[in-house]
Amino acid sequence: MALLDINGLTQNFGGLCALSDFSIRFEGGELTGLIGPNGAGKTTVFNLTSGFYRPSQGDIRFRDRSIVGRKPHQITGMGIARTFQNIRLWKDMSVLDNIRISQHYAMGYSLWDALARTANYDRAEKKILRTASEILESLDLTRYADELPKNLPYGIQRKVEIARALSIQPSLLLLDEPAAGLNSSDVQGLIQLIRWIHETFDITIWMIEHQMAVVMNLCSWIKVIDFGVTIAEGTPDEIQNNPDVIKAYLGDDNI
Amino acid sequence: MQRFSVPLLLALLFGALVAASHTGAIDLYIQSVIMFIGINIILSSSLNIVNGYMGEFACGHAAFMAIGAYVASILNVLLFTKDKYFGPPLLPPELSLYFFPLVLLAGGAAAALAGMLVAIPSFKTRGDYLAIITIAANFIVTSTIINMNAIGGARGFMGMKKIIFSMEDVLELPWMLIWVILGTVFSVWTIRRFVSSTYGKGIIAIHQDEIAAEIMGVNTNRMKLMAFMISSGLAGIAGGLFAHILGYINPGSFGILKSTECLVMVYLGGMGSLSGSVISAILFTLLLEGLRFVIPWINTGLHWLHLLPDAYEVSQVWKWVIIPLILVLLMQFRPEGIMGNKELSDIFPRLKRWYHFK
Repeated sequence: MALLDINGLTQNFGGLCALSDFSIRFEGGELTGLIGPNGAGKTTVFNLTSGFYRPSQGDIRFRDRSIVGRKPHQITGMGIARTFQNIRLWKDMSVLDNIRISQHYAMGYSLWDALARTANYDRAEKKILRTASEILESLDLTRYADELPKNLPYGIQRKVEIARALSIQPSLLLLDEPAAGLNSSDVQGLIQLIRWIHETFDITIWMIEHQMAVVMNLCSWIKVIDFGVTIAEGTPDEIQNNPDVIKAYLGDDNI
Repeated sequence: MQRFSVPLLLALLFGALVAASHTGAIDLYIQSVIMFIGINIILSSSLNIVNGYMGEFACGHAAFMAIGAYVASILNVLLFTKDKYFGPPLLPPELSLYFFPLVLLAGGAAAALAGMLVAIPSFKTRGDYLAIITIAANFIVTSTIINMNAIGGARGFMGMKKIIFSMEDVLELPWMLIWVILGTVFSVWTIRRFVSSTYGKGIIAIHQDEIAAEIMGVNTNRMKLMAFMISSGLAGIAGGLFAHILGYINPGSFGILKSTECLVMVYLGGMGSLSGSVISAILFTLLLEGLRFVIPWINTGLHWLHLLPDAYEVSQVWKWVIIPLILVLLMQFRPEGIMGNKELSDIFPRLKRWYHFK
């Protein structure tokens, strides 16, 4: 049983074909990259996988169940978490609350419990707090727990966003350009962090990235798309020497 | 023990107010001001759920107040009084005392259901467009009532005073004051519990980034439905109380002006601050009532200084010049309102020692 099986995924926006016939399959445990020039349709793939768009054609199966047509929050509940290219934390809420609210997928109590403050409420809130504290502790973010994300440096915000995604205990983590906007020392830290997460949490990671240093360092398999079409896939070495990829990124010799 | 000081103080205040009203130490006018403060607290804090915590701009709050007011009044008149439309009472009038909270809740429930009129469009619509929908909802409700002759239409609906009399027949106490205070405490308490739970904070997440909320597992549609229904339900309870204080309601009292008053209180207090809503409701009501006395003083003063022609009198209508002017100044110099999005206990952390909130 494959963890994620995307088959013949196509997305049209009006007359524009943002993605055509995209397929990929994860058995579980991979660390895969998705690269391509600007506007190639990479984020569209993630938006389709997280349920933000409904595909024009094709199927996305997660643990053998189709997720097409499900709402994003349901897909998150099934175990697919993601981060965003431009950080989307709730910026005016403490870091701890950011993580706590992400536990909505498995709330464990109803509106009535919240209003009547039943034993069920206390138990569930305690569990939520424990999960949130554990995740902050493990990513070394505990000292920022009461800070507002808007007051934190960009690198820490990235880390908090990754922590928020991890807090829902996903089996598939989608990272949309995690290195965007980071300086070179932060990028080194990020590479170590992602590798550490991949090993420690035993999850499948699929990342979009522009910085080749990050992708080539981390990913064991890379898929390249351009204008919505898959142009290459393979190991980092193969991709680096693939003429189609070089052409997509650097242009053609023949003018 | 120290942690119970605030609740104890509130209980004492409650007892003192009831005793003072009962013995006649405070007159009916002061009592009615206190009751309007209570109702305004419910209105502003409940609108704050949607406008403050969830960050929408709902400006038809009076519609839900109207539904609560009419449903509760009709139920009470139908059940407990002899009315020329509804005939003899269905239940003995003495029971009205015990049924009153239930009738109020029924009005609230009806208003909460009507809240779906706004909540369901909100799944797809945001911001200005949703604001237009809420205004439309306000007009739909008031126009519907105007066109229903069975409940008085534009002439209004009355008979609620008899309910108060039959409650007083059972036990001679200022019942409306008691119900208003209990209703206010209930509302503030409900809202506080909702927005302080991780569950309720989902609506704050919607405010700050709706897409992130949906993708991080918050069922945004359900949370919006819940926020709108709690907000309109509590407005319905406020409406029920309002109707019984006045003893007479007409659709005109629940128009866009009333909704605007609710908005003014929310923005005066601060969006997303419950204590701000309470403080602003108190200040706003006192200001409205205070101007009733201050305007004649201004009139006399200006005449004494010969700044006004003898034929011109400063009338009470100037209230609606002064209050919007205060709003303009507020938006200019303190757009976040009195409290911003902070609670009183955030500004004075020492307060936390004096109460215990669960």
